[in-house]
This record gives sequence, structure tokens and C-alpha cells, in this order.
Amino acid sequence: MARALIALPPQIKIGDTIEIRALIQHPMETGYRRSNEGTMLTRNLIRKFTCQFEGVNGTAGTAETFFSANLHAAVAANPYLAFSFAVAEAGALLFTWSGDEGFSQSERRTLKII
Amino acid sequence: MKPRRQFIAQSSALTLALTLQPATLFAQNANDSLDTLVRAYVGKATPTEGRVKLDVAPLVDNGNSVPVEITVQSPMTATDHVIGIALFNEKNPQHNVAEFTLNHRTGRARVATRIRLSTSQKLVAVAKMNDGRCFTHTVDVLVTLAACIEE
Repeated sequence: MARALIALPPQIKIGDTIEIRALIQHPMETGYRRSNEGTMLTRNLIRKFTCQFEGVNGTAGTAETFFSANLHAAVAANPYLAFSFAVAEAGALLFTWSGDEGFSQSERRTLKII
Repeated sequence: MKPRRQFIAQSSALTLALTLQPATLFAQNANDSLDTLVRAYVGKATPTEGRVKLDVAPLVDNGNSVPVEITVQSPMTATDHVIGIALFNEKNPQHNVAEFTLNHRTGRARVATRIRLSTSQKLVAVAKMNDGRCFTHTVDVLVTLAACIEE
């Protein structure tokens, strides 16, 4: 499991537009570099990121995607993404990263509604 | 005599084709400018300057991690919102940097990330609206230490 850092506001009011910052530990190897021995390092990228919202009133498994990203070799190592979300109801956010070499990781964070 | 002549004619044509092909391929890559990339992303729409802002430092010390921020002027309502933002570069080995998909639930048309830059070059951000309009912003950046150089 790679380390993922997700920053959310500590207190959220319904109707707020919150900023979400997500960072995951990953080399994002471009496939254009050589190792110290001179062999090409194989490409190893995170290709896709999605962020979904699961409302407390919605049925399980019906998460709504509100932000997704296709990433390429030009994204720096340990990909960092900052984006927003308009909170309309209480619920949780589901973060998913997937990529080369079968990489797939999901994180879940419950919104702290006041 | 005829088959031999035919063979020579055919083989020389083949050699010519083989020598020409890499040259045309290369020419295509060189012409693969930012314009064509933007056009491929927006489809039939005509991209215009404005409404989208690509925020990046004009002078970059380290090309391995360059913070960029893309902001689009949009109310982000169900009837008027941004559906996609793309970022392209001019001179990295691959011209695509990232494509983001948004909808009105995103609330604010603002995306930030960190990218790699191999050399001083142009960057272009493209925003696609739900009504089909497209906006671009092109920025020149100067890179002192390039990515992809050190092992």
C-alpha cells in the first residue's frame, strides 16, 4: 500500500464548496530514464484518478463521480491534485488511483459536517 | 530480361519508400504542435483565448516538480459549468500532461497539480464548457534545471 495523504476541511457546513487535496506516494516512472547500470527503467505510471461522493441517503455502491483525471508521464512523482466539491448533503468521499503494474488503491474519508 | 528489370524497378521503389517513410513520420511529429493537440481535444469547437487562467511560475528552478494551477471563470451551475480541463506541453517527450473531468458538483472550476518540464517551453490549458465552447490560455515558461536529465 502506498501512502496517501488527503486533506479536507476539519469542519464542513452543508452548502460549502470545499477544497480537497490528495497526494499519493508513487514514482511516476516515465520510461525515458536509465538506471545507474544503464538499463532503461520501465514505465510505471498512475494513469487514472477518480473522486466519488457517496451520500448517506444514497444506496450503497451508487457513488457519484464528480472529479476524475487522466495522468501522463509529465505529472511529477507523488502525484498531487487539488480540486473542489460542492457539499449538498452528508456523506463520504471515495478516492481511487489506478495505473501500470496492476496499481490500484482506494481511500475513503467521511465528511465532518457540523 | 523483363523480370530482372521489373525486379530492379520494384526494389528501388521499395528502397525509396523505406527511406522516405521515417522522414515523413518525423515531419509529422515536428508538426504535432500545440495547435493540433488543442484541436484534437476540443473536437469541432473553435478555441478562443480567455476565461481560463493557467498559473505557473514564469521562471522554474526545478523541472522535476512544477506547481501549476488552472482556474476557469464559470458559475459551475447545472446549466453552465466546465466539463473538462486539459493541459498540454510543447517539448516534453509526450505532449499530454493531464486531462481532468469535472461536473457541476465539483463546485469550483479550479485544479492544481505538479508537473515535469524537460526544457523551456510553452504550456497550454484548455477548458471545455458544457455548452460546447472552449477556451485556452498559453504560457511561456523558462526552465533552468530540466526533468529527465539526471538519473
